[in-house]
Amino acid sequence: MSAGAKLGNPAPKIRFREPQIEMAHGAGGKASRRLVEGLFAPLFFGASAEPLGDAAHLKINGAPMAVTTDSFVVKPIVFPGGSIGELAVNGTVNDLAVSGAKPEALVLTLILEAGLRTDVLQAEIQAIADAARKAGVRIAGGDTKVVEHGKADGMYITTTGLGAPLPDVEINPHSVRSGDKVLLSGPIGDHGITILLARGELEMEGDLRSDTRSVFPLVSAVIREAGPGVRWMRDPTRGGVATSLNELARDCGLGVILFEDSIPVHDAVRGACELLGLDPLHIANEGQFLAVVAPEVADAALKSLQETPGGEEARIVGEIREQPAGSVLVTSLYGGSRIVDMLVGDPLPRIC
Amino acid sequence: MCLAIPGKIVEIAPDNPNSALVDVVGMRRRVDLGLLEDDRPVPGDWVLIHVGFAMSKISEVDALDQMRTLEMLGECEAAVQEVRGYGLEEIEDKAS
Amino acid sequence: MKYVDEFRDPELITKAAEEIRRLADPNRHYRLMEVCGGHTHAIYRFGLKDVLPPNIELIHGPGCPVCVLPMGRIDDGLSIAMQPDVIFAAFGDMMRVPGTHGSPLEHKARGMDVRIVYSPTDAIKLAKLNPQKHVMFFAIGFETTAPSTALTLLRAKAEGIHNFSIFCNHVTIIPAIRAILDSPDMRLDGFIGPGHVSTVIGCRPYEWIAKNERKPIVVCGFEPLDLLQSIMMLLTQLQKGEAKVENQYKRVVPWEGNRAALRAMAETFQLRPYFEWRGLGFISQSALRIREEYAEWDTEQRFHVPGIRVTDPKAAQCGEVLKGVLKPAQCKLFGRECTPENPVGALMVSSEGSCAAYYNYEHRKGNLLTTISASA
Repeated sequence: MSAGAKLGNPAPKIRFREPQIEMAHGAGGKASRRLVEGLFAPLFFGASAEPLGDAAHLKINGAPMAVTTDSFVVKPIVFPGGSIGELAVNGTVNDLAVSGAKPEALVLTLILEAGLRTDVLQAEIQAIADAARKAGVRIAGGDTKVVEHGKADGMYITTTGLGAPLPDVEINPHSVRSGDKVLLSGPIGDHGITILLARGELEMEGDLRSDTRSVFPLVSAVIREAGPGVRWMRDPTRGGVATSLNELARDCGLGVILFEDSIPVHDAVRGACELLGLDPLHIANEGQFLAVVAPEVADAALKSLQETPGGEEARIVGEIREQPAGSVLVTSLYGGSRIVDMLVGDPLPRIC
Repeated sequence: MCLAIPGKIVEIAPDNPNSALVDVVGMRRRVDLGLLEDDRPVPGDWVLIHVGFAMSKISEVDALDQMRTLEMLGECEAAVQEVRGYGLEEIEDKAS
Repeated sequence: MKYVDEFRDPELITKAAEEIRRLADPNRHYRLMEVCGGHTHAIYRFGLKDVLPPNIELIHGPGCPVCVLPMGRIDDGLSIAMQPDVIFAAFGDMMRVPGTHGSPLEHKARGMDVRIVYSPTDAIKLAKLNPQKHVMFFAIGFETTAPSTALTLLRAKAEGIHNFSIFCNHVTIIPAIRAILDSPDMRLDGFIGPGHVSTVIGCRPYEWIAKNERKPIVVCGFEPLDLLQSIMMLLTQLQKGEAKVENQYKRVVPWEGNRAALRAMAETFQLRPYFEWRGLGFISQSALRIREEYAEWDTEQRFHVPGIRVTDPKAAQCGEVLKGVLKPAQCKLFGRECTPENPVGALMVSSEGSCAAYYNYEHRKGNLLTTISASA
């Protein structure tokens, strides 16, 4: 197969046929994909088959601008390592960053549940303000609505972010080539497992904190070093690393090979995943990103990441190959391998 | 059938000898010791956990034994080859 | 992780794989069945088929307690939970299993109170926290899990918790193995024996397989080195023409089993005269029900159970795959009408089901092995 633009392997046309919305449609995996690509995309974008990215890069009267939006629905709203307010800022800041843009401003919408305590709300407003300051973005405005008790898990937040596209960077899955390397900024699974434990249904505890943070400083480090060699980036939130890389594999038509022994995972996350029968590759992260870079700049990009505060645990975790086309394969040092798929619905603990 | 994980007993609940806190690389969970009432574990013991119950004590001796057997794989064969090799050299030396 | 990582050591795995290649007779095709769904899952998750020689064929057995449950039993459980003020509590494994009108999770989306529990004792906690409601615990599993349900039942009685009952779907492993050996289509050389079931029942219950059926069986752990070592032990027996029960999982499995667990089960359960297994039909003395003395905690005594019987769609070949007669990819519905997202049968949705394991971990690999080792 030629290494040129992948005109073959178009994704099959997806139609959304389900009669009602289920929780799985919000989990970030296959069901979410079907909803977005089968119901929303045809009505919003028509027949154009551009792959959907983390942020849209537009030109308004010739001026380039990046825009993205995200909503935050999390229970409990406060958890070790952060709260919904922080997630709301960092999540959108990160979507801009991995699209190759400098985050500049946010507008936010608050949907508040009647009965929400003012001190709880104030704490979240403070968290938003602090996170925005830390990430270097302005809060430019917002809107508030109140809904009946029982309808909003306390509060839901939507943030829309605006950013300035960085020069010399073009994120495009079609530019990914066989031989490219896959970089990961740090250990995976911390956020998702923290939330699972914080819900208190599993009677498990551990010293885990959400990894929520702005990844822009780390993204900048990679771009500074690798610039035009950066082919693709994504922040693996709901659905985890597996889902993000499956989206890439599907969009570029190549195979993504992951080296199991290179993937950084904190012990406590590993312990929780073993106990619950979960795969860290499917667990949400809120402070990490994946980057696919040209092989000649990969080592330098990694070094740059590792020398940036917060990037010490970054690794090269895989590479792109022709096969298995459209899929993600995890390999081990002894030669065993397994396909890892996109998440179907939310990861469910199992006993068998 | 299935998912059972080794964990280390950290402490037995002071008010309930059937309840223990178990550690799995930093993750901690309460585990029921009712199925091990004939051979009660103590803090420091390792047990196999399934659906929140300790099913069995893990024998360190048997685990080490198994590891030793596995580590020796191929070594018997290699040792035999080497000895055969010495034999041939001696004969060749005498012949030359 | 202690007692886990050392059994995943890549160098030792490579060594064990070499030893297996050395032991296997190149003129012989070995058919070994791993009975337990947990072993099926481990084989695929660790990519062990990639390191075994092609003349060792691993056949997937019916040891998946979710897979063998007929759809009618799920419908029964859900219909009871549809009553007002009933909470349906079950392990995560049950949540996506399709009933005739949807899975438990789909019922939850429509308003049923469905909760995931990690332990049957969590279900008792739910009962205590919701005194106005009745908690129905949908119990599944082989002998590994049954003792925990048994103890939970005894605890519920001791603590005087009355808004709690167990819908008991525990099944036993020996009748399943018997059904496999009685199957005329099956030709097997030996068994990789269930590891965790054996921590409860011990190794004696398998002696008839060696003595009467003349097949070797090795009770096996769940890490890659356990599986490879068990295969080595089976090959060694086969080479010598032996047929005996061996315990590879010594660090955890006592030859005599767990007496306290067996006591708890004997106290609370009795064998049903017969029970329907998906794909295997009615098997006598193969499943557990709650004893009369504990009727108060038996969902089937406290509620009217519709006794729904549902036949699988004709095209679905769950039974043959469960018996190991067909490989998952050979079922006509595999990957088309039946996927993990839209499962027709439980083998595609249970994490231990061979169809799910094959679909999720293997079937898109194609002829990769040569590609990977060439560029390694």
